[in-house]
Amino acid sequence: MKIRLDHVVKTFETFRAVKDVSLEIESGELVALLGPSGSGKTTILRMVAGLEYADQGHIYFGDQDATDIPVRDRGVGFVFQHYALFPHMTVAENIAFGMKVSKVKREKAAIDVRVLDLLRLVRLEGLGDRFPAQISGGQRQRVALARALAVDPKVLLLDEPFGALDANVRRDLRRWLREIHSELGITTLFVTHDQEEALDLADRVVILKDGQIVQQGTPEEVCRDPKTSFVMKFLGDANVLAAEVRDGKAYASGAAIEVSGMADGKAELYARPADLDWSLQGPGIPASITRVLDRADGRRVLATAETGEHLEFDVEPERLVKAGDGGFVTLRRAKVFAV
Amino acid sequence: MSTPVTRRKPPRVGDQPLFRRALIGIVLVLGAFLILAPLIIIGVEAFAKGWQVYRDTITHPDTRHAIMLTVLAALVAVPINTAFGVAAAWAITKFDFRGKRFLLVVIEIPFSVSPIVAGVAYLFVYGLQGIFGPVLDEYGIKILFAIPGIILASMFVTAPFVARELIPLMQAQGRDLEEAATSLGASGWRTFFSVTLPNIKWALLYGVVLCNARVMGEFGAVSVVSGNIRGQTNTLPLHIELLYHDYQAAGAFASASILALIAVFTIIAKVALERQGAGRVRRPALAANPAEKTS
Amino acid sequence: MRRNVLPGLPLSLGVTLFYVGLIVVLPLAALVFKAASLGPEDYWRIVSSSRALASYRVTVLSALGATVFNLFFGLALAWVLTRYRFPGWRIVDAMVDLPFALPTAVAGIALTALFTTNGWFGSILGDLGIKVAYTPLGIMIAMCFTSLPFIVRTVQPVLEDLDPALEEAAQSLGGSDWAIFRKVILPLLTPALLAGVSLSFARALGEFGAIIFIAGNQPMSTEITALLIFIRLEEYDYQAAAAIASVLLLTAFFMLALTNWMQSRALRYTVRS
Repeated sequence: MKIRLDHVVKTFETFRAVKDVSLEIESGELVALLGPSGSGKTTILRMVAGLEYADQGHIYFGDQDATDIPVRDRGVGFVFQHYALFPHMTVAENIAFGMKVSKVKREKAAIDVRVLDLLRLVRLEGLGDRFPAQISGGQRQRVALARALAVDPKVLLLDEPFGALDANVRRDLRRWLREIHSELGITTLFVTHDQEEALDLADRVVILKDGQIVQQGTPEEVCRDPKTSFVMKFLGDANVLAAEVRDGKAYASGAAIEVSGMADGKAELYARPADLDWSLQGPGIPASITRVLDRADGRRVLATAETGEHLEFDVEPERLVKAGDGGFVTLRRAKVFAV
Repeated sequence: MSTPVTRRKPPRVGDQPLFRRALIGIVLVLGAFLILAPLIIIGVEAFAKGWQVYRDTITHPDTRHAIMLTVLAALVAVPINTAFGVAAAWAITKFDFRGKRFLLVVIEIPFSVSPIVAGVAYLFVYGLQGIFGPVLDEYGIKILFAIPGIILASMFVTAPFVARELIPLMQAQGRDLEEAATSLGASGWRTFFSVTLPNIKWALLYGVVLCNARVMGEFGAVSVVSGNIRGQTNTLPLHIELLYHDYQAAGAFASASILALIAVFTIIAKVALERQGAGRVRRPALAANPAEKTS
Repeated sequence: MRRNVLPGLPLSLGVTLFYVGLIVVLPLAALVFKAASLGPEDYWRIVSSSRALASYRVTVLSALGATVFNLFFGLALAWVLTRYRFPGWRIVDAMVDLPFALPTAVAGIALTALFTTNGWFGSILGDLGIKVAYTPLGIMIAMCFTSLPFIVRTVQPVLEDLDPALEEAAQSLGGSDWAIFRKVILPLLTPALLAGVSLSFARALGEFGAIIFIAGNQPMSTEITALLIFIRLEEYDYQAAAAIASVLLLTAFFMLALTNWMQSRALRYTVRS
């Protein structure tokens, strides 16, 4: 099912949560709504579900205008941030709920078979008789997903699906959700504030700020070509240097980089820690190392430029660096944004 | 932009206008019959024979004596009860000891016991056929059919009032603040007055207000232990009964109007205190949730 | 158990135990002692006399009727007060506590005035052939009045704290309002409803002041148990008073135990294994 948002606006009291958002999600796509808190991502998700109504604009499911269809008739599967499992029902009863209350009457035996199928799908065989309080957070998450899938939704919507889980469980579940998605091919939209999660999981990432879409594209597109400094900063650690653009080149603290097509003037230079390197000879940004942080997968160096700016970059673990060393920070690549 | 601005919330359960209006209507009508009407008729009946009769009843020496006695009972019973409530809440929420749950249950017993049963029970302690009765009689100490009996019975029925407002709140607040204060060298009393009390003052007042209302209005227990002697051991509620059975309905309702007024003030005070956050944390102590009771 | 670092345990626990002992436990123990000193045969004869049995019957049946009425009315009131906003809802919310705040004797004479044959409601009901004052129906209405707040005030906070996401989840799964109420909301309210019902029932069983004015107090038909105890006292039959009072007391304890048991059963799903 293809979903289309057309100039959607939502205001709470006096706070404009969503400002004129238009968005298309193709049938079978797995899309992430990524943004900091207050960016309107959850409000968009809830409007797609019918848990909020848009003040202006339209939401289409396929060719049908779904703007005013109440949630119970919209045919969406919604997985809540804290799962919202019914605490007084067993896992199996939770999963069966949607089928039991459906207008389409089903045989009890058929429901039981389907519940077993779903338990197998979410790898919770044998836990059907437990109550939600008796299983782990990751298991609850999977019950919530099974419950949402039980009603054969046209669209699957997940609100911060892994937000409340440990890092390890989170990584496992991410991979597993991706598998389920490719198995079922259901159009899926999920909300997250965790850029790693969005990039790992989604076909397409929609980045939001203050109720507006600032950029959307495949993980590769948004990572390699961030259009604004906000996207650059939000997607990962970045060093920021004051820069000046002159004749197609940006100059910052002694380093220079090609920026064809940019107008002359003040700018900011952004570089990921992996985009910088350390060398004992120039050219580069003269700096001294203040601290070396050893990590399992490499070595992070903190340095202070002569101009006083703080820099962070990664070097190979074998590289001999220590606090107090002097040298030059070189730029492998960087992004420059006018200010 | 295509559509005009609309502010709509998706309907929650029970939000269909027809259902909603019908339910509000039924509830308001029943509430008016069952709760509002009794309050109104007290005023109507009190003035049924005119202002003069009302004034005469209120200023009659027997009525004045009943008012004095009611106030006296409240002035003694409420502070003692408050001190007990604070002590009980402190002991129960700041310390761990065996039998704590049992103690909680015992404190709440007066809620479930009929006031008549309470009155009878006191007869068997201080009455002539009771445990201490003969001894007290020998020394000429009169507890039953006198003011002390009235106060004791009032203390029984209101025993849980202050404690049960404080215990859930102090349980929710934990012990960290008090432990910090004592570790900084504050004495126990100092800790209580400067750290604990400011955090519980509204809940404490809330309990006191409810306790006071009940003491002033208690009828069953007091009518057993007071002896109902006109002009001597008659509290206001007992005075009402006496007048009523004397076929002085207007007088009974006039006296009742004083208590009704106190009730209305109690409710106003309650609402005001609830705005300050009192009465918000409720009864987790007894709302037995076994999951949290494993420690 | 960790070490207690705070001061005041001996004092506060001492005061508590002394007060509870003197004010609550001693009198009840004296009552039980007095009743027990009767001997089983005399005790049984008194508590199973036909007049006592009739008083249990009218008390229990009226209390049941009042509790069932309050269960529905209290739940509806709690629902209206938490879910709907209408002009004056704050006043209605405050008025729910009136039965707690209004002395029972005052409530008793007020209800009687309303429901006597020439009262506001009594005259209308009389035309319909319904007699309330001086009948068991009057007892029931007095009980309804005094115990209504118990159910409203135990259900209301639970209803307020109910996670809206549960309702939204049920809606997104296609549940109708009625199905969601019956299968999700009502089961979650059940522990609170049980608590409210048993408090309300216990209060109705023991109520005295509000009832004696409206009840008529005819032995064998409109005489409640609490009144029978009072009458035995006035007849200086202290043993009978003790025996019948002990029946009420034991019933109260039984209700207390039953409530705790039912609540822990209703909440069994919250227990982690």
